[in-house]
Amino acid sequence: MPKRELLLGDEALALGALHAGLSGVFAYPGTPSTEITEYIQGHPLAAERNVHRTWSTNEKTAMEEALGMSFVGKRAMVCMKHVGLNVAADAFVNSAMTGAHGGVVVVVADDPSMHSSQNEQDSRFYGQFALIPTFEPATQQEAYDMVRKAFDLSEHYQIPVLMRLTTRMAHSRAVVEVGEPQEVNPLSYPKQPRQWVLMPGNSRLRYKALIDDYARLENEAAQSPFNRYSEGTDRRLGIITCGIAHNYLMENYPEGCPYPVLKIAQYPLPKESVRRLAAECQELLIIEEGQPLVEQAVRGVLPAPLKIRGRLTGELPRTGELTPDSVRAALGLAPHRAHAASEIVVPRPPALCQGCGHRDMYTALTEVVREFPDGKVFSDIGCYTLGWLAPFHAIDTCVDMGASITMAIGAAHAGQHPAVAVIGDSTFTHSGMTGLLDAVNEGANITVVISDNLTTGMTGGQDSAGTGRLEQICTGIGVDPAHIRVVVPLPKNREEMKRILREEIAYKGVSVIIPRRECIQTAKRHAAAKNK
Amino acid sequence: MKKDIILSGVGGQGILSIATVIGRAALAEGLQIKQAEVHGMSQRGGDVQSHLRISSSEIHSDLIPRGGADLVISLEPMESLRYLPWLAAEGWVVTSTVPVINIPNYPDETALQAELKALPQVITLDADALAREAGSPRSANMALLGAAAPLLGIAAERLEAGIRDIFARKGEAVVEANLAAFRAGYETAQKQTER
Repeated sequence: MPKRELLLGDEALALGALHAGLSGVFAYPGTPSTEITEYIQGHPLAAERNVHRTWSTNEKTAMEEALGMSFVGKRAMVCMKHVGLNVAADAFVNSAMTGAHGGVVVVVADDPSMHSSQNEQDSRFYGQFALIPTFEPATQQEAYDMVRKAFDLSEHYQIPVLMRLTTRMAHSRAVVEVGEPQEVNPLSYPKQPRQWVLMPGNSRLRYKALIDDYARLENEAAQSPFNRYSEGTDRRLGIITCGIAHNYLMENYPEGCPYPVLKIAQYPLPKESVRRLAAECQELLIIEEGQPLVEQAVRGVLPAPLKIRGRLTGELPRTGELTPDSVRAALGLAPHRAHAASEIVVPRPPALCQGCGHRDMYTALTEVVREFPDGKVFSDIGCYTLGWLAPFHAIDTCVDMGASITMAIGAAHAGQHPAVAVIGDSTFTHSGMTGLLDAVNEGANITVVISDNLTTGMTGGQDSAGTGRLEQICTGIGVDPAHIRVVVPLPKNREEMKRILREEIAYKGVSVIIPRRECIQTAKRHAAAKNK
Repeated sequence: MKKDIILSGVGGQGILSIATVIGRAALAEGLQIKQAEVHGMSQRGGDVQSHLRISSSEIHSDLIPRGGADLVISLEPMESLRYLPWLAAEGWVVTSTVPVINIPNYPDETALQAELKALPQVITLDADALAREAGSPRSANMALLGAAAPLLGIAAERLEAGIRDIFARKGEAVVEANLAAFRAGYETAQKQTER
């Protein structure tokens, strides 16, 4: 009997990769993808095989490291959240041009409904426009099984493969039957080394080959065991499901769906199967988690020969993740009988932990900024984004990793003063350092607060790339050491912090203030480990 | 056999340990399981929930449909009410009565208790006090699990084995303290359901 394990979608995928002979996982933490890398970091097989598994500085460096591992013939995986793919996009899109040698699987976890994110972009669009085949598991079992298929496909067609998860798949556990691990690849070199040098002459040749391959990959998708056409008795409606949408459909038909269903979990879109469904049915309903990629493709812009329903026509909500209930409504089934919502329940937003150093930093900062009529604080991605909420109301912006420093620069050039940037230590090394170099070179009049909790806090306390070296990094970038100030953010140091903030805001040029105290969560964990 | 359960509470209270114990027990019984968790931003003191589904046949959706939950198990009273639209007409609410007041507009306690009392099928317990009396103040979550145990359709011994599993690495004293809290919760529930 095969071994059964209760695994998160993230963990099933991670174990599938280890069993597929993975040699390295490259990642920057990001909800809901973090647990993939963490599972590999904690797995004995990874230790035994010395699989590379330390965190990268950002998603772009991770993607390039994986590509390097692939170049020498080994299997590599890259993991990130959806917005991380924006950071890695240069490497990702061009990896289709170089192709892969050892298998490359790029796992991107999308977050529809924005549980922990700033947008709900759908990574399948990246796969489509980069001409990279894409997998989208519907179940945790598929997540485990698909990874090996994805690596095999990657090596067979010499192309990276995108594997798209969504929050519900990443963070839901199910029983998974697991197999045996296969060996890792030996070192070897590409048979077509020319396409790894993306000079125009090479790229023009390669691009044609890539387009030809994409047609073959569509054929692969049509034959894929993960894409399934199920006959139905009632042909008034045909249904296309993508990824986990299939589960919500079947939830509403416990005795089996009466309509023909095309379940899609591997792309390019198997167009022939779509045409078959359309020919057999009077109407189509397209249920996909995320943005209407398939619906747009099927609908096109010219009048359709049959009615197509989905997110674009309002039968399914245009935004947010699917639920069994929203799919039920789209199927025209009556809602289940349910209790009425309580009228006394109020929202309970997240907050910075009691005792967190960011709290002390914000208390001092808001008091100083309010001494000016129009002080502005440009912030960034991390726990400290919660400083926007009560009681601090401390920040004015949060856009993308690193944007605090660069937006402060732009505002300062327009005459804004004070222009304060607040960024965490891990976000600073991820994408803030290059902005700081701009600030130095441009002589921007900004005050940068690097709120250093010695970890990547929001995602659960992963190693932070610059721990112990932030002052050196800032000095190296060219910040005047006299204006790099370190302080311990504690209530007793509030007046000292305020004094330093006032001095550095008054200084005409780039200054960096580093309030430094360990994250209260990792500090508790370290204390508990010590007492063992 | 099929049970759909919503676990709820406030980030940091330990609802995932309850889910882990039930999951282990269900796995040992050879059942299918799906359990959707909340990770990330909400874990910082916000409302958290987990959809836990166990069944002897295939489970499709990771999320429980509205009106589908057999049980809402909550470590916090207001949080138990948040999920009423998911509770089946004949479903049970099992909740700790100890409020976590980390917001300025927390509802009036009397109104809260009245709404809980008005539910057709409810078990309420002071999980913190039960855990303290059992000698394990940090085991309120296991006391709550004990209170829900008679309604889970899984043998209490299986759940106790699950508790042994997850706390084993913390030593025998921690295991026993959690088992004591579990049993105290179990007895409280038995008293309330023998009506």
